[in-house]
Amino acid sequence: MAFVQEPPKDAFRLGMLIYDTRYRSITIQVVVLVLFLLFLSWLVNNTIANLALKDRTFDFAFLFARSGYDINQTLVDYTNDSSHLRAAYIGLLNTLLSALIGCALATVLGVTVGVLRLSRNWLISRLMTVYVEIFRNVPVLLWILLGAAILSEATPAPADYRVTEAMQAAGEAPKASMVLFDSVAITTRGINIPAPMVEHGLPRLELPGISLNSNLLVFFLVLGAGLYADHRIRAHARRVQEATGLRPVTWWKSLAVIFVPTIGLLMLMGFHLDYPVLKKFNFTGGIEVLHSFTALTFALAVYTAAFIAEIVRAGILAISRGQSEAAFALGLRPGRTMSLVILPQALRVIIPPLISQYLNLTKNTSLAIAVSYMDLRGTLGGVTLNQTGKELECMLLMMGIYLTISLTISSLMNLFNRAVKLKER
Amino acid sequence: MKKSVFLGTLSAAALLAGIAGAGTLDDVKARGQLICGTNVGLTGFGAPDANGNYQGFDVALCKAVAAAVLGDASKVKFVPTTGETRFTALASGEVDVLIRNSTWTFSRDVDLKFDFVAVNYYDGQGFMVKKDLGVSSAKELDGATICIQTGTTTELNLADFFKANNMTYTPVTIADDAEGQRQYLAGACDAYTTDASGLAASRATMPDADNHIILPEIISKEPLGPLVRHGDNQWGDVIRWTYYALVAAEEYGVTSANIEEMANTTQNPEIKRLLGVEGDLGAMLGLDKDWGKRAIAASGNYGEIFEANIGSATPIKLARGLNALWTQGGLQYAPPFR
Repeated sequence: MAFVQEPPKDAFRLGMLIYDTRYRSITIQVVVLVLFLLFLSWLVNNTIANLALKDRTFDFAFLFARSGYDINQTLVDYTNDSSHLRAAYIGLLNTLLSALIGCALATVLGVTVGVLRLSRNWLISRLMTVYVEIFRNVPVLLWILLGAAILSEATPAPADYRVTEAMQAAGEAPKASMVLFDSVAITTRGINIPAPMVEHGLPRLELPGISLNSNLLVFFLVLGAGLYADHRIRAHARRVQEATGLRPVTWWKSLAVIFVPTIGLLMLMGFHLDYPVLKKFNFTGGIEVLHSFTALTFALAVYTAAFIAEIVRAGILAISRGQSEAAFALGLRPGRTMSLVILPQALRVIIPPLISQYLNLTKNTSLAIAVSYMDLRGTLGGVTLNQTGKELECMLLMMGIYLTISLTISSLMNLFNRAVKLKER
Repeated sequence: MKKSVFLGTLSAAALLAGIAGAGTLDDVKARGQLICGTNVGLTGFGAPDANGNYQGFDVALCKAVAAAVLGDASKVKFVPTTGETRFTALASGEVDVLIRNSTWTFSRDVDLKFDFVAVNYYDGQGFMVKKDLGVSSAKELDGATICIQTGTTTELNLADFFKANNMTYTPVTIADDAEGQRQYLAGACDAYTTDASGLAASRATMPDADNHIILPEIISKEPLGPLVRHGDNQWGDVIRWTYYALVAAEEYGVTSANIEEMANTTQNPEIKRLLGVEGDLGAMLGLDKDWGKRAIAASGNYGEIFEANIGSATPIKLARGLNALWTQGGLQYAPPFR
């Protein structure tokens, strides 16, 4: 006769925290966590003690004081009477502008190079290899400096565009002249392009906290409506094609719904271009694209594009050959095979590493200081930090802002990734 | 975890460095070396020469302090600082004293918690332009692009000057003098602005110095001087009186050449106190009695240092102007040694 005996239930003893494998890992984690928190609080405490020792305070009130300095590229209104907070905002916008345009350029260039590197044309694929290896293996700071040096050394000074009376009398041409039908001037300082202006514009839209250019808003609304109408027209055409096998002609309808309303709106608002004009020292009017911006953005774009090209190539190579063979068997030409079959599948492999390239590019915009581009690091972390002496506050604020930008980009890209990734049901 | 411990140790070390700066004179003596914050490179004021040794007007004062405190003018370690990094370097204790064309302003003195101990060069902000620009006054610079060193008082003066004269400009912010010169010469800006002495120094190093002019307007007061951390008065006194010893030496005609002779023969009680023949001024400072003598012997008196580094015989060709002794119509004036 056998008895089923309950295993003896051990009472909990302190020693079990170390000798019992069930508890040991928890014990270790708790100990490490406590030590880490102690260390963290020691760091904070040390900082506070040292600030007190130096008779320094920790506050952000300086952000609301008058900044007193000027910035050469301001996307929104700013004068030296604005606050340091406003200056930081200007810097942030400059950072975002450079990052946004840089990411867009890098993506286009990177995908093109990545695809071409797999080309069967020996010359093209080798050229792309050379591009990738050169740009990937030289520090990006050097590319930025090289770009800035070329742009400022190889271009004519604004004074070279001037036609003096003596020159007119002698019938001489100035040393430099504007390009693209006299609308664009490239000088040692920047590229002056015509600015779109409206004659009778709408008043600015003042919302609490922000002020919007309602002209631009209306333009985009009309354009968006046109694009949506075009989308509807083509969807209808597709339905007709599926039902009857005949696709109705849509191109003139598309053109009409997109262009007629927008052009009408522009004419109504009195749209015209404001051309750059040479004044005493510089070109005024139009938009001046500073060389520092161009050098920074392009250098970051071509550098990052080299990495993106490799990511794209890896993504394409990850798709089995059977896919393209199947597409060829269906009669798709190589271009359409790439864009309709290979790339959509490759995106699943491409996107996760692409996110980190976008993040890298965004963070690398802080190299702007090397070419005097006033980004967040140049305003908040440069001039403001120096003039107010609030190192800790400025640094923490900057770290917080860069962290926020990076996390936003990565969460947006993760959403996109979720949309394109393989649906496993 | 390992990494954060390492980083934490680093930041802790950086923070502790601040605490160690409480008694700077004792620290310097114990270390046997003075750490002097200087310019990255401004010819005549503080720049490495062909052999990599720092030379210049500000550098000479560092050497005088080292001679007074440590008895050897060569026991200085020069830490080059830019306009942006200098105050952090001083506040964190990375350097003992900052002698680097720094303007004495209210907010730096009061808010940044530094002590400016003297003014070794009275300066003002000026503009340099190319001759062929056809500009003869700063008031004609409306619409110009102007290169400016970031992190300096000149940045704020410039904004104020253009605002007061109802003019506009485009700033190009640059990190240091070398970069400023490069941008200015490349034509990235029409004018380069900084302290007039700095402009003269930059111009001296340009290959075509004659093609550049410094405009007559001086748009600000820029009293440049050595500074130390707030609250360390003993160390501040050492720097202040070492500097005044050099000024007083010029006033009393004590030079590096005749200093021994003066010490032995002079009947003037003030010179005797200055050179430590009489009295115990050195002990009051926490130094020995020959401190003043050594400071003057290191690179000469104020006038000698001025002439050797930035005076009319040098390429920089600065006139004494405001920096002449008070007895000659200038502002340099040493309080009595007694």
